[in-house]
Amino acid sequence: MNDYVIKVRDFRKVYGDLVAVDSISFEVQRGEIFGLLGPNGAGKTSTLESLEGLRAPDGGSLQVMGVDPARESRKLRNLIGVQLQTSGLPDSMRVDEAMRFFCAYHGVAPHYHLLDRLGLAERMGAQYHTLSAGLQRRLALAVAVAHNPPVMFLDEPTAGLDVPSRIELHNLMRELQTAGTTIILATHDMAEAEKMADRVAILLRGKIVATGTPRELTATGAGLTKVSVRTEGPSLSDPSITFPAVSQVAFKDDYAIYYSTDPGPTVSAIIVHIEAQGDTLIDLRVERPSLEERFLEITGTRGGQ
Amino acid sequence: MNAFANHFSFEFRTGMRDKTLLLMNYLFPLGVYAMLGLLMTELNPPFVETMIPAMIVFAILSGTVLSLPNPLVTAREAGIFRSYKINGVPATSILTIPALTTILHMVVVAAIITATAPLLFGAPPPINWPGFILFFLLTAFACAGLGMLISVISSSTRAVVLWSQLIFLPSMMIGGLMIPFSMLPDALSKVGLLLPATHAMNAFQGLAQNQGAAFDPLWSVLILLAGGILSLGLAIYLFCWDRLNTTRRGHPTLALLALLPYGVGVVLL
Repeated sequence: MNDYVIKVRDFRKVYGDLVAVDSISFEVQRGEIFGLLGPNGAGKTSTLESLEGLRAPDGGSLQVMGVDPARESRKLRNLIGVQLQTSGLPDSMRVDEAMRFFCAYHGVAPHYHLLDRLGLAERMGAQYHTLSAGLQRRLALAVAVAHNPPVMFLDEPTAGLDVPSRIELHNLMRELQTAGTTIILATHDMAEAEKMADRVAILLRGKIVATGTPRELTATGAGLTKVSVRTEGPSLSDPSITFPAVSQVAFKDDYAIYYSTDPGPTVSAIIVHIEAQGDTLIDLRVERPSLEERFLEITGTRGGQ
Repeated sequence: MNAFANHFSFEFRTGMRDKTLLLMNYLFPLGVYAMLGLLMTELNPPFVETMIPAMIVFAILSGTVLSLPNPLVTAREAGIFRSYKINGVPATSILTIPALTTILHMVVVAAIITATAPLLFGAPPPINWPGFILFFLLTAFACAGLGMLISVISSSTRAVVLWSQLIFLPSMMIGGLMIPFSMLPDALSKVGLLLPATHAMNAFQGLAQNQGAAFDPLWSVLILLAGGILSLGLAIYLFCWDRLNTTRRGHPTLALLALLPYGVGVVLL
């Protein structure tokens, strides 16, 4: 039986004449990391902010752990943790004050170890406006998770973070997921979504145009799998050699590169050919289409409609 | 420490930490107090009689009408209220805690003025201390209410300056701070009755100094109290969480209702 933490049914959000979100529906299961992807203006923020109780829907229904965000904001506040895309903290608030301030409103003891974990321990007395953009985002994340909410909303969480901070954040997200936290991740970083999300939904012009696991989405596209092969001898140097399912061939840096619609038969045939020619295989790489390529394919083909 | 106390403590420290707030809460009113104390005692000796209430009302106007709204508008524009809403910070706390901490800063400033003015400039101290405290609290409440209301209806910090100066400048000129209310021409005195400063000075003369007030100080007490309650209620009613105003419950012009008690005063007094 599915254990849905978030249920969105025919959700609609309108600003004047602009339909920002047009009757979308999706569910998120407990402990899932759900990626919300889409170009600017696709409706991601309107969806997130309505789920967070910041905006009232103009149609349909929203539920977060059985709570209607627009009507039951008091119940909602301890169920969710939110890292907003913009700061959300006063300039003069110190790092330790921020932790105390928000924990007090959630009725929990301050979790200073989170500041340590996110590399803020040495800046405890620093005011918010003196922190770098990366540290500001880390602090926002620390206060968002401090009351141990079962549902987290992360809006571009790694924007402005350096590589170690990004890795640390991803590790923290995995830990939260293991502990049963459900995470809604809105991001423009397709590599991050592909790496972290269990399922993603791609929004375009207020509608969900694709949903599924990153693997499912990339598999259903028209994208070609790239098969790069390097051999000791010249067995693959003739561009007229054909292999099954290959639509394009290229040569670069001692590699023969085949773009295949069905990489299984292609790879088998290449290996058979190399052996038949008495040649030796040095390197073989298979790169399936990335989520980013699939995203561009979807948003590119439908964006102009 | 509960959430309210924690929030109050943070806001109070911000009032000292933030350079603009420090200037408007302490340095500006105390600087003007020192300057006027030196100048006016020479140029206009009768000013000394009302120096303490005039400088306290000036400080209250500076802290509440000029200084209080700006950080609130800036915070709303920066999306800080959205973060507060998500984390369960009530709208009443967002408005009233900065107002209360500002009043606390004003208590410190008022204490400095009241303690030093008799020694430095020969200003007469209050005779009726309970009346003096009542005058202070009522004035601070009424002005803080207006400050909160300005923060709620102002779409930007530029609008704050406009609304704040609409109250502050007339208060300085015809609010009884520099020129006694009784010396104003009739037309100007009617306009003066629309200002909290006028009623504050009248209440002080009647309640704290047992001097002859320009009109019954009980009216001033009632008008300041009603004005403060209306301003506070309207500020909470008209409060919006973000600059898109999607959660505002009424049109900003409703804020004019806060002037109703003062308008009644113009008619009756």
